[in-house]
Amino acid sequence: MSAKNKAVSESLLTKVLLILAAVTYVGLILVLPLASVFSEAFRHGIAAFKAAIVDPDALAAIKLTLTVAAISVPINAVCGVAAAWAITKHDFRGRNLLISLIDVPFSISPVVAGLMYLLLFGAQGWFGEWLLAHDIRIAFAKPGIVLATLIVTLPFVARELIPLMQAQGREEEEAALTLGAPGWRIFLWVTLPNIRWGLLYGVLLTNARAMGEFGAVSVISGHIRGETDTMPLQVEVLYNEYNFAAAFAVASLLAGLALVTLVVKTLLEWRHGDQLAAAGH
Amino acid sequence: MATAAFPVSNKGRGRHSPLPGLSLTLGITFTWLGILLLLPLVALFIKSLTLGPAHFAEAAFSRRAIASYELSFGAALVAAAVNAVFGLLVAWVLVRYRFPGRRLLGALVDLPFALPTAVAGIALTAVYANTGWVGKPAAALGLHLAYNPVGVVIALTFIGLPFVVRTVEPVLADMGRGLEEAAATLGAHRWIIFRRVILPEIFPAIVTGFALAFARGVGEYGSVIFIAGNMPFKSEISPLLIVTKLEEYDYAGATAIATVLLLASLLLLLLINAWQGRELRRRSA
Repeated sequence: MSAKNKAVSESLLTKVLLILAAVTYVGLILVLPLASVFSEAFRHGIAAFKAAIVDPDALAAIKLTLTVAAISVPINAVCGVAAAWAITKHDFRGRNLLISLIDVPFSISPVVAGLMYLLLFGAQGWFGEWLLAHDIRIAFAKPGIVLATLIVTLPFVARELIPLMQAQGREEEEAALTLGAPGWRIFLWVTLPNIRWGLLYGVLLTNARAMGEFGAVSVISGHIRGETDTMPLQVEVLYNEYNFAAAFAVASLLAGLALVTLVVKTLLEWRHGDQLAAAGH
Repeated sequence: MATAAFPVSNKGRGRHSPLPGLSLTLGITFTWLGILLLLPLVALFIKSLTLGPAHFAEAAFSRRAIASYELSFGAALVAAAVNAVFGLLVAWVLVRYRFPGRRLLGALVDLPFALPTAVAGIALTAVYANTGWVGKPAAALGLHLAYNPVGVVIALTFIGLPFVVRTVEPVLADMGRGLEEAAATLGAHRWIIFRRVILPEIFPAIVTGFALAFARGVGEYGSVIFIAGNMPFKSEISPLLIVTKLEEYDYAGATAIATVLLLASLLLLLLINAWQGRELRRRSA
């Protein structure tokens, strides 16, 4: 280390103390809770863990969570790409307003989001009577859970892609256009290869939140056991029944998903950092 | 994943874009936002308007509701302040120092974004309740960390950490060392350099991270309800009060409280966007 560098750095002791403080904080607030999920899940042995997972209600919750994610993630991915295309490849008034609107779901409390759908589709809601007359169930049923999941995960893909596509500009697409390529081909052959890692990153975050959403889904699901309980809701039900072993067993599956998400996310940032949105990673 | 606004620049964009697909993609975008966001927002506002001012005020500002706002906003404020300090520390260590496990530490910071809130809630309770790994020794010292407002702060601290770290980190990484070196050459003490040279440079990012963590904390539900204790007037957060009202089929009461929360979060979003816009102009100037 040169003398010049030394002048703008801390002493070794300060460095070690600061690192220890940071590691202790992250350890206390993040690592210990994560470790406790797995420790509690396996406290009564593998057999008890397995029994909790193959319980019919738990299996139904796992299936529902996978189904809801399989429906809502592609919808928000496609719409997010469409929004990013409109905003970054075209000029029109109100673009910044549109970007702010896409941001709004991040600042709404999940419980408030769930309540809004209840006011639309619940029995006393705007469409409640009409839905009842036509025997369509949205609130306290799967469509409501999908809607609640859609609103809380709405921004992830779009806000990953907008800064990225903004930075990439339009020259490549315009060149393809002068060569006579139709629009869908420009998107598939020119734009998509440029944004695929950013898109994957957005989809990853969308999926993690979709499978883990609790507040919004809790309000709209009606908690019908074995029918409208997703995995996070099942965790709550089991926990409130003092069945801690089973609650933590189901929770550990979700924690495992979170760890996989973090690993893939970190790999994407290392390998394809240049293709992820510049800000905030 | 910083929850920050990213205004699009209109520089050099006088001409009409020749690229196709505007009407299609804009149509999809408006349908998507219309059904999922605007229609439900309108439903909430109209419902709260139909309550009438007297009924609305009675439900939205009952003593129990006000106690819940005090807790939700107060705990979010404390947690965001804790994270402003420790988030800066973590970001500083990640950017400035090289040590074994640095990348692991960096990856772990995003855990609150990836871990479902309900899982975080029961896990934090397991650790900080009086029988837990941290709660037990704390209880021996007479500190009770769960089933009271302290528990709410702990949960919101968990949720908010990545917001501060992820907004401060890139600014710290992009910062040139020129001024620091100049100050050092002039013989300034390291702590003075930090306070006078570095802190002013990263302060706007800290404020942004603080505000984002605060906004998220006010509306947070899943991670809080397990550790809070949920006693009305004491440890009942506003989102939980909404859920309680719904379980009592008191839609009017739930709507009134939800409207207050929603207006507060929209106002916060507006302030954060304005602050960031100002910072962006200041930096590019």
